[in-house]
Amino acid sequence: MNAPALNATVPALGAPRRARKLSTLERTLDSGLRVLVVRKPGVPLVEVRLRVPFLSARAAHAAKAALLSDSILTGTDNFDRADLAAAVQTLGGDIGFGVDADRLQLSGNVLATNLRRYLDVVADVLTAATYPGKEVVAERERLVERLTIARSRAGVVAAESLAKRMWGDHPYALDLPETDDVQAVTAAQVRRLHRDLIRPEEAVLVIVGDVSAPRTADLVAKALDGWTGAPAANRIPPLPPIDAAPLLLVDRPGSVQSSLRLGASALRRDDERYPALQLANLIFGGYFSSRWTENIREDKGYTYGPHSGIDHHALGSFLQMQADVATEVTGPALLETVYEMGRIASLPPTTDEVESARQYAIGTLALSTATQSGLASTLAALTGVGLGPDWLAEHPRRLAKVTLDEIAAAAAEFFAPTRFATVVVGDAASVRGPLAALTPVE
Amino acid sequence: MPATTLAPHAITLPRPSFELVHATLPNGLRVVLAPDRSAPVVGVAVLYDVGFRSEPEGRTGFAHLFEHLMFQGSANLEKLAHFRYVQSSGGTFNGSTHPDYTNYFEALPSNALERGLFLEADRMLSPRITDENLANQIAVVKEEIRVNVLNRPYGGFPWLELPPVLFDTFPNAHNGYGDFVDLESATVDDAADFFRRYYAPGNAVLTVAGDLDPEQTLALIEKHFGGIPQRRVARRPNFGEPRLTEERRASTVDAHAPIPAVAIGYRVADPVRELDEHLANILLTELLSDGDASRLQRRLVQRDHLVTDVSAYLGEFGDPFDERDPTPLTITAHYPDAGSLDRILRGVDEELDRVANDGLAEGELDRVRTKLASTLFREMDAVISRSLNFAKFELIFGRAELISELPDRLSAISDIDVQQAAEALRPDRRAIVELIAGGAQ
Repeated sequence: MNAPALNATVPALGAPRRARKLSTLERTLDSGLRVLVVRKPGVPLVEVRLRVPFLSARAAHAAKAALLSDSILTGTDNFDRADLAAAVQTLGGDIGFGVDADRLQLSGNVLATNLRRYLDVVADVLTAATYPGKEVVAERERLVERLTIARSRAGVVAAESLAKRMWGDHPYALDLPETDDVQAVTAAQVRRLHRDLIRPEEAVLVIVGDVSAPRTADLVAKALDGWTGAPAANRIPPLPPIDAAPLLLVDRPGSVQSSLRLGASALRRDDERYPALQLANLIFGGYFSSRWTENIREDKGYTYGPHSGIDHHALGSFLQMQADVATEVTGPALLETVYEMGRIASLPPTTDEVESARQYAIGTLALSTATQSGLASTLAALTGVGLGPDWLAEHPRRLAKVTLDEIAAAAAEFFAPTRFATVVVGDAASVRGPLAALTPVE
Repeated sequence: MPATTLAPHAITLPRPSFELVHATLPNGLRVVLAPDRSAPVVGVAVLYDVGFRSEPEGRTGFAHLFEHLMFQGSANLEKLAHFRYVQSSGGTFNGSTHPDYTNYFEALPSNALERGLFLEADRMLSPRITDENLANQIAVVKEEIRVNVLNRPYGGFPWLELPPVLFDTFPNAHNGYGDFVDLESATVDDAADFFRRYYAPGNAVLTVAGDLDPEQTLALIEKHFGGIPQRRVARRPNFGEPRLTEERRASTVDAHAPIPAVAIGYRVADPVRELDEHLANILLTELLSDGDASRLQRRLVQRDHLVTDVSAYLGEFGDPFDERDPTPLTITAHYPDAGSLDRILRGVDEELDRVANDGLAEGELDRVRTKLASTLFREMDAVISRSLNFAKFELIFGRAELISELPDRLSAISDIDVQQAAEALRPDRRAIVELIAGGAQ
């Protein structure tokens, strides 16, 4: 299709306008709870995140934690399950709990005018959740069903297989709890876990929205004054070193695609080399204009969307790569992936690549924290690794200063293909041969 | 904590106010600007009034494939240039194909506003579609369908499985992701025809929200879009179908699914011409399945332990304001025991009868309404969602302003309206698709 060109030159960028400085208040309550409030008008809502450390090496901890998270809202001393949900709905609110190896997190939101009454409900759940036996048993059955559904997905099997390969028997290896462990959990165990770990002393509460920060901090102090104590002592085992080779092939007979996953250690956000690694990752496969995407999607059509990213956990940060590729091109897709990893580890990127990644990192950080929910989630995640609003405010300046040489050095160290644990979930009869031609396969 | 602190109180829903500026260019392009200078970001969205309901027979999946082709280069831009210009400006982009429209959008730092407008204008003028790019994107779309449907349990369920049973006409009943044979048959000429027919400026809405000055922005829009020639816009047919008069049943086997699922679909009110009935349907779906206090969660999950989850919603993908007529009402559930389907259906019917005959509990509609209003505001927080929402309401309902009026319109819906909505969901009005778990161990 051809048509006359109108404005043949792409417009230059104007002068960037700086974001307004956030009005932030941080206070530690007598209970030890850290409270972080950010005034952010926009829509008439408030976002709430409460992050409670939940890492534990105790037997069947993941199973107990998942069942706790699924049944914490099934009743309190003052409300039954439906009344509790109705109370939150009446306030124009939402409340939910999620858990991973690092933390239990309450995520919610409410009409700003109803924040005080919402915090009363939160306090009730934290201090007076009852875990009624019948509800816990019913939630246990549902959790088993949901785990069965989750594990029928190739991507979930691949993530679990990679986690086990990377972390062996460390708690991080259990992305989802084992079904057998879940079936053995009792309501009494869940109540004990709540008493042991849902304590304010190492927890962080983040509130972002159309509120006055000082008044909100006072509201929190008053609403949560009955929530006290320190979590039970807990030994956290260190992470094992990641065992790279050989490639682990997990059979999923008849699979029309292969799920390719790679993982290796990376740098934490507070490492001075982190901004360089962040940009190296973007150039490799962290955004659409990356080498990996342009190669295996836009040039070769092997996949809908490859992606690489840096995941941050309490005990460390990790490079993770994923692509779901057609079964018949599984070998070629791995070949191109390893080629692109080797290329960025061996040769410096171009200035254009660096500037594009830099602007993207700075711009999307601003976009992702321009909403109440985005900012609340980002701050909650940062507090989990000991960082806060200052890190967020300073990060664009750090990205602006990274040099091409620093990016090349970070890429050389962290993208070397030999460092990575690799998992492929697919039709083994079809893909074993093509994969084995490239690398040892287990 | 004394429970009295949560006693019912008078409900007043906050009413968001947005400043909106409307304009129409001589070539027919409709423009909506929503200035908000609180953060230095803008959202640019272009919606074309064509979705997968309008694609020709023998070319299922073409509207979506064409969306991919719109990213493959344009009048002044080589392949890959669009992605690179947006991202190297610090922005993000995407596009998506819906039953009744297709959207393209960028979220950008506000200093890249003119660049975003240029990029959208350039492909509205002329996408650059070659045999090579077409073959590449057919391969990419096939991988998209494999990862989202063929290789995934419950992948197309129910949006691909329910319409052929619930509806009779090709536009509503066919597979909008596309049959592989149809996708592979697509040609560059097909793309040229589709572009000429549906991608005229007069068939599109452009919305910009965020950090902008309306006058300057309108001048930039005229500069970049004003020279795109006007083209005739074909009248869109009405795709509505009459209510069902007898129950339909079908089943489908999902090779990966470990437990069965069911989708129950109803043909219901026209969202545009029967908006109040539509709003009553929305409130009904929320009352049925939103949260632990809802009717179906209490009955089927908590009391009878029959289902793992249950959800009632309007629209193919759960957005009640995304489609014109027909916008189906759907109830879905996953359940562990394949033999319990009849009990589940009986439970749904009994709960609908209870709403219709016994009415609502004190305060029940108010809390559902408050929660719904809160959810609507929340969706308006991100500047790009705001652009997409205003554009969608302008395109589907003819008025972007309707978003701000929804809290008032919802407040006017009564218990009796919701009872009547429940009354209309009779067994003889529904289509049922049972998903058989081919992956059960």
